[in-house]
Order: sequence, then structure tokens, then C-alpha cells
Amino acid sequence: MGMRAYIIRRLLLLIPTIIGVTLLIFSVVQVLSPEQRAALYITSEQQADDIDEIIEKYHLRDPIYIQYFVWISQVLKGNLGFNQKSPRGQVLQNILNRAPATIELTVFAAPVIILTGIFFGVASAVHKDKLIDHVTRVTSIIGWSFPSFWLGILLLAIFYAALGWVGPGRLTADANVVVRSAQFTRYTGLNTIDGLLNGQLWITLDALKHLILPVVSLTVQSVALIVRVMRSSMLEALTKGYVVSARAKGLGQREVINKHARRNALIPVVTLAGMLSAGLLTGVVITETIFNIPGLGSYAAHMALPPPDIAGVLGFTLFTGVLFIIVNLIVDVAYAYIDPRIRLG
Amino acid sequence: MGITIIAFFTVIALLSQVFAPVPEGHEDPFRIPRFGWFSEPQPPSPEHLFGTAQWQYDIYYGCIWGTRTAFRIGIIVVAGNLLIGLVVGTLGGYYGGLIDELVMRITDIVWAFPGLLLAMAFVSVMGPSLDSIVLALILVGWPSYARVIRSEILRVKQEDYVEAAKAIGCSDLRVIFKHILINSIYPIVIMASLDTGAVVLSAAALSFLGLGPPPGYADWGQMISLSRGFIYKNPVDPLGYWFTWTYPGIFIFTFVLGWNLLGDAFRDILDPTLRRR
Repeated sequence: MGMRAYIIRRLLLLIPTIIGVTLLIFSVVQVLSPEQRAALYITSEQQADDIDEIIEKYHLRDPIYIQYFVWISQVLKGNLGFNQKSPRGQVLQNILNRAPATIELTVFAAPVIILTGIFFGVASAVHKDKLIDHVTRVTSIIGWSFPSFWLGILLLAIFYAALGWVGPGRLTADANVVVRSAQFTRYTGLNTIDGLLNGQLWITLDALKHLILPVVSLTVQSVALIVRVMRSSMLEALTKGYVVSARAKGLGQREVINKHARRNALIPVVTLAGMLSAGLLTGVVITETIFNIPGLGSYAAHMALPPPDIAGVLGFTLFTGVLFIIVNLIVDVAYAYIDPRIRLG
Repeated sequence: MGITIIAFFTVIALLSQVFAPVPEGHEDPFRIPRFGWFSEPQPPSPEHLFGTAQWQYDIYYGCIWGTRTAFRIGIIVVAGNLLIGLVVGTLGGYYGGLIDELVMRITDIVWAFPGLLLAMAFVSVMGPSLDSIVLALILVGWPSYARVIRSEILRVKQEDYVEAAKAIGCSDLRVIFKHILINSIYPIVIMASLDTGAVVLSAAALSFLGLGPPPGYADWGQMISLSRGFIYKNPVDPLGYWFTWTYPGIFIFTFVLGWNLLGDAFRDILDPTLRRR
């Protein structure tokens, strides 16, 4: 099967998956009464009196398949409902407003996770049973067991409470005033980039300083995961015939590891990208809550708190579900591209 | 190492009553006794070894009885996941064909989600409580078991002794339990052990986000959640409330570490071929 046929087949498989995932998300709210579910479509306080009208209009008392159909056609029109909690308004708009802070956080966290994970995984495998291997393995099992919310609190206690070096939030108060002022254009919503585009380097530096602790608390668990996978994958690659023959023809250790073993060992790590994105999505909910970052994660946590904001919870779950499906699609296609056995098999 | 830690926690859980006696006339042992209504946490003292949290809940008592809560969460969720995974995986792997296609598609859909986020949505509509957390984690956690059990069954199904058992007329159930599952138990044991730690961590995270039991319940995640407002005390003594978040955190971390070390040890002992995973 060629690459094109594989991609087409993969895209067709997307349809049942998306139907399944949306059905699952939709079934979550079925435990609530029609009156509670109507909150999804209430746009203002005056409208709260017309609750029966809303129930009627969106078929909230009808069988579940009709309700699902009505809901999904609203979703396809871009109507994810309305938040009753602050920030009030359209869910889709609120999610888009909150996205930049989360994107900024994950854009900095992902490379840190991938590079440190691969580096220590390879080092640990190459020097198996040496000091660096033992240290890496012990550290990774500790990182893997460390509650990320507790790590966030410890980091804040040390660097904010004790040392007074950096506080929670995305910027210091002074920087926040500048960023919110009319003279400052928010091109991307990412403070690090907008600072540069506005020619205000200190904003960028301030934003970077505020990113360090959240990035650390977001990365520890994922790094531990990648180290484990990379180490075992590398150990396996090092026993393969092509490594032995590369050594036999007299290549140096560095050449053998960098060009022959590591490249092949990286293949299973590509599939980890899916797990990594799941880890990041989950991680931002906790990290943003602790560090008081107004992103998607803290939005989700706020909406889930009792009494729940149905539109917010549904909207965020739908958003992550779809995002996750897309990421997995990209991973599968990339995997098939790197390793032809996948699409041929 | 792992077994020592878990044995230590088992002793704490079994002897909670000895380590932290329930006060006279106190009805629910999982409600942490309080010593006043003062909202400022008090540092450790001979009466309160780990100090008291906001509203004077005894931290030592909460940590000790929280061990029981952690075991309860871990065991119930993993058992629930295992049960669903067993039914689904066996249906798919043993019978194959259309049934397999159907159950595995459902598995893939639940699998397609970051589990903790789906669990968060479930808990938020069911109403925050420990029971909601346990139920939600069962509902989202089973696909990995179903997949492993299915592939194990597919592997073992081809063996001669299974064919032989079928040939002499053993019932499907007998073949599945006495011949197939017995021979694929190792990966499941390893997975369950590693998962117990992960489940306790997820439950604590949900509790921390405010979706768990109310303040004053002996649950480590809830205790850390309550301590969030006490990271900073004042300029003179910035870490004056350190005891509110240190002790419950150490308990969660050590407990999870114990299960992970135990899972790793199981893996090394039971199945050397899996060491590469």
C-alpha cells in the first residue's frame, strides 16, 4: 500500500472514531435532568425564564439519538453552548481566548521533555549498569511516582515563598499593565513572542521567567516516561546485527550510536508522541491551576468544580477529544512514513 | 524495596486504630477529628505530631487514616478495571470475528481519551465525592487491561494444550479460566501493580482539583488541596505552614513509589522477556 492509500484509509477510519468519541462525551451529561442540560444553551439571565422553550427547541426530552443529532449539528455550526460561570459567553470564544497561555506553556515544555528524555534514555542504555544508568533509572522511577500537584506546590514554596524569585501567574504586575494597555499589540497572545514583536524585550524575559517553574512541573513525569521507553528501545537496538556489523567494520563508538543504533531506537518513541500529548493535556489542568495561569487547563478545572458548568465541561472534553484524535492521526502517518512495515502490514 | 514500602503501608492501614485512635463518640473514623474552629494551621506539637490544618484538622490522623482511603481507591479501581478488561478482552480474543471487531472499537474509543480528563468530566457531572472518583476511574481505566488480556488470549489460544482441552470437550469457560488465563497471568499482575500507584495518583489529582471528598475527610489529595492557600505565611517566616503540605505529600509519593517499585520487581522476577518494555 502506498503512502497516499494509507492516508486515505486512515482518514476514513476517522469518521467512526469521531462519532464514537462525540457519543461518549455526549453520554456523560445524560445523568443530568433536561432542566440542567438546558443550561448549555442559556445565553443570558433573562433567558433563564424560558427554560421550557429551550428544552423544546433543542429536543432535550426526546430520545437520546435525537438529542445527540441536535447537539452535534449545533457543534458543527460552531455552537458549543454558553458558559454560565465567568467568563460568561460563548464556550468556543472562551476556549479560543484561553488557548494562547496553554500553547505557550506546552510549546516550551514539549522540546524539554523530548530532548532530555531521549538524551538520558540513550545515555542510560549505552552505559548500562554504570553509574549514569543507575542514577537515571532511580531518578526516572522517582519522577514517575511524584505527584505533579505536589511538585508544583514545592516549587512555589521554594522559589516564590522562600526565595521570592518568581511568583505565580504569567507576568509580574508591572508587565501585566503594559501588556493590557492600548500601546501593546497582542499579535499572538503568547507573551514571549508579543514582547519581541512590540520591541519590549523585558516583557519576553519576564514571561520566560514565569514559565520556568510551570514547565518544570509539567515535564517531570513525561520525561520519566520517555527515558524508560528510550532506554529499553536503545538497549534492544544495540544488540541488533546492523550495530554489530557497524562495529565490526571499525566505526567509532560515537558513529555507531548516533548513526546506527539511535536512529532505529527512535521509532517506538514516535508513537509516544500520542502519550506525550495526553500527558501534556492532563498536566496543564493541574499545572495551570497551581500556578494560576489563565489557560485552557485552569478553565477546565474551574468549569468542573461544583456546581459544574455543563457547557464548559462538554466543550473542553470535546476540544481535547478532537485534538487528541488529530494528534494520533499525525503520529500514525508519521510512523508509517518512517517505518514502511506499518503501511504494508 | 517496593515490598517493604507496601508492607509498611499495609501495617499502617490495618492498625490505623492503634496509630491514630478514633476519639470517643466520633462516629465516622474517616472524618478527621478537629480541635477547634480556628482557621490558621498550628505547627506540630506533642498532641498533634504533624500539626493541624486549616480549621484544626489533625494532619497526623488524616495521613494515617488516608492510607486506608488510598488502599481502598487503588484496590477497588484496579479490581473494577480488571473485571471489565477481563470480560471485554476475553470476548474479543476468544470468540474473535464480529464480536472482537465490535468490542475492540468500543475499547479504542475510550482509549482515545486522556483518561484523567474524561474522568474529570464524569466526576463533575456526577457530583464531587470519593465514590464518583472511583467510579469514573473504573469507567476510563479498563481499555488497557482489555487490550493486554485480548492479546494474551490470542497468543495462548494457539497452544496445543488449549486445543487438547477443547478436543476433550471442556466448556468455553473452563478453557478460558483454567487453561488460558492461568498462563497469561504474569503481564496482568505486573500491570495491576504498576497501575495501583497510577490510580492513587490520579484520584489524588482529582481530589486536589476540588472534585473529591469535602475538607476534613481522611484523603491525602484533599489534604493537599486544603493546604494550597498556605504555601506562603509572611515575610518573617515565609514557610511557616510547611507542615500542611509536606506530610500528606510524602505519604502519597512514598505510597505510589512503593507500588511502582513493586511492579518493576514483579516484572524482573516473573517475566525477564518483558524487561525491555
